[in-house]
Amino acid sequence: MKIDDMTAVKIDACGIYYRELNEKLRQLITNGVENIEIENVCGQRYIGTDLDSRVNIEIHGTPGNDLAAFMNGPTVTVHGNAQDGCGNTMNEGKIVVHGHAGDITGLSARGGKIFIKEGVGYRAGIHMKEYEGKKPVLVIGNTAQDFAGEYMAGGIMILLGLNLAEGEKHPGKFLGTGMHGGVIYLRGTVEDYQLGKEVGIAELEQKDYQILNPLIAEFCEHFDYDNEMIMNRNFLKLYPRYLRPYGRLYAY
Amino acid sequence: MKTLLTSKFAVIRDPEKCIQCQVCVNQCSFNANYFDAEENEVKSRNENCVDCQRCVIFCPTDAITVTNAPLEYRYNRNWTASIIDDINKQAETGGVLLTGMGTDKDYPVYWDHLLLNASQVTNPSIDPLREPMELITYLGGKPDKLEIDDNTLELKTKMLPQVKLNVPIMFSAMSYGAVSLNVQKSLAKAASETGTMWNTGEGGLHSSLKKYSNNTIVQVASGRFGVHSEYLNAGRIVEIKIGQGAKPGIGGHLPGEKVSCEVSLTRMIPQGSDAISPAPHHDIYSIEDLLQLIHALKEATNYTKPISVKIAAVHNAAAIASGIVRGGADIVVIDGFRGATGAAPKIIRDNVGIPIELALASVDSRLREEGIRNKASIVISGGIRNSGDIIKAIALGADAVNIGTSALIALGCHVCQQCHTGKCAWGICTSDLKLTKRVNPEIGAQRLINLLRGWSLEIKDILGGLGVNSIESLRGNRLHLRGVGLTDTDLEILGVRPAGR
Repeated sequence: MKIDDMTAVKIDACGIYYRELNEKLRQLITNGVENIEIENVCGQRYIGTDLDSRVNIEIHGTPGNDLAAFMNGPTVTVHGNAQDGCGNTMNEGKIVVHGHAGDITGLSARGGKIFIKEGVGYRAGIHMKEYEGKKPVLVIGNTAQDFAGEYMAGGIMILLGLNLAEGEKHPGKFLGTGMHGGVIYLRGTVEDYQLGKEVGIAELEQKDYQILNPLIAEFCEHFDYDNEMIMNRNFLKLYPRYLRPYGRLYAY
Repeated sequence: MKTLLTSKFAVIRDPEKCIQCQVCVNQCSFNANYFDAEENEVKSRNENCVDCQRCVIFCPTDAITVTNAPLEYRYNRNWTASIIDDINKQAETGGVLLTGMGTDKDYPVYWDHLLLNASQVTNPSIDPLREPMELITYLGGKPDKLEIDDNTLELKTKMLPQVKLNVPIMFSAMSYGAVSLNVQKSLAKAASETGTMWNTGEGGLHSSLKKYSNNTIVQVASGRFGVHSEYLNAGRIVEIKIGQGAKPGIGGHLPGEKVSCEVSLTRMIPQGSDAISPAPHHDIYSIEDLLQLIHALKEATNYTKPISVKIAAVHNAAAIASGIVRGGADIVVIDGFRGATGAAPKIIRDNVGIPIELALASVDSRLREEGIRNKASIVISGGIRNSGDIIKAIALGADAVNIGTSALIALGCHVCQQCHTGKCAWGICTSDLKLTKRVNPEIGAQRLINLLRGWSLEIKDILGGLGVNSIESLRGNRLHLRGVGLTDTDLEILGVRPAGR
């Protein structure tokens, strides 16, 4: 969403400690401000963490760890890279990163949407869940490191592999280890040995495209990508083979 | 496959007294008592009996006795009946042995080797019936020093959030799903009326319990079930659960069949899906990462609530606790290896962790040595059985204790260790609605209130005998303790002198 410069409140975060910065955000939002632009962000943690309004926050620079952790509503756009724990246990809202994100992107998210233009670190989307109307979405433009979708219990993860050549496989291993819910759509190819043993692999059906298409359209809108170019390559669907992966572990 | 397991218990029915009313049949959730319609007679299947004593207590004519089945295996120090049975169970299923409650193994209980002092002649004891006796405890980080404005005499130091406890006894974390809602209602109501805290465990907070939020500790564990901003702000304290005394170092699986409609509401996961808590928090691989989550929670609650970190008592608990305090935690909870669980692998419950007495003494000593003891409160748990254990814990350095098993016993638990089966005949550790109504939250709360009252009176008596009139004066005062039957090393770790010296 484009912010109307006239109404956006600008904050220069240069040299400001995270606690002070977040205090300022809380204050602005209490006063009814709907658009906030933060400049010169340099590693401040927890931006957007305790916010539960519909505010738009544009971040220029590099926000620190746990960006939008526990967040419940705002839209956060990062013009730069995000670090570890982006969207940690998020409940609602949207994060758009015009760059890459670090480890555990979307850890335990229950709702909301995360769009990453480039790649992510290890354990992206680990233990994402879903509940009633809530279904978290994590779209990754490039690729994820190992253990993406580990313990995934719900939600939708999309790995686009836009940096991969035709036929080049995704680099991550142990994809979906312990997965017992949700779905991963992967554009391009991946070898069986890269998948967790709880993961099944299938071609997409019509109903999958109904889920995928609007999310890809939204991704393209955020990052100015050509929808057709993305959809031209084959997608695979990774799904949990068992809803009870550890059901037979115990002697009662 | 024919089972090679033998019956552990025998249900003996006195034919003179039995009136064939079938109360025992209805009460037994393990199918140990049944009605044989052909012979028109109530009978028992000993192999199913778990010795929970439910039928014994509810038999209207007092006709039933449950005893240990006669010793069937030839005596062998090494190959005991329970070892033989465990091997058979695993040979039959190929699985990990599960169990409930805390360890029943014969490890030393150090509380029983510690004795309290009392005043005689040289300093007067205090009579708690006539004089005020202070049990109020404040949990939360304390400042290094207090600054007072000379003119107004107002406190200038900005205090961290504090939580007031009328008694230094809280209820341990027991999640909805592990225990029933009626159990949580009993705990919450008792905590609120007594002025102490109950703990949601990691299963989220049921909407009917939100009215007790002032007395609620909300837990954030590795599964992050039900964790959202409203939940975090509903509690008085937010607790990060790293570990549990009964199963240090491992996660937990709440099987899908226990995730009922209501449990799904609080855990915020679909009904019938497994609730898997991974062994680690995947955003915590170091003390620095823990610091990050502690501060994320402080941000999420706008610095209005103490953040607690719960760990299992393990070998290097003292160093870990130091890191936790330096990471910004306001409360450190240490759960000893006798702490109970709704379900844990037996081999872990019985072999991992260390006694809470030693862990507490070493953590308190370490934090004192480092000059950071004031920065966090210490709460301990894991097998606290009576007020004597509590007062010894406080003398060893604890600010307060958590009780789990004792509280459940007050609600009817007979410690039969079947929590993991979900069939609890006392309606405590089950989500079967037929069984859960066996706990009446009104009566349950009253029984807990009574227990806390009884223990408080005893603590005041002991304090009076020691010649102190405030629990604060006892905290960490190990001179009030003496050890009996302990080695020099034990005494050194506990920081107490041997009795007689």
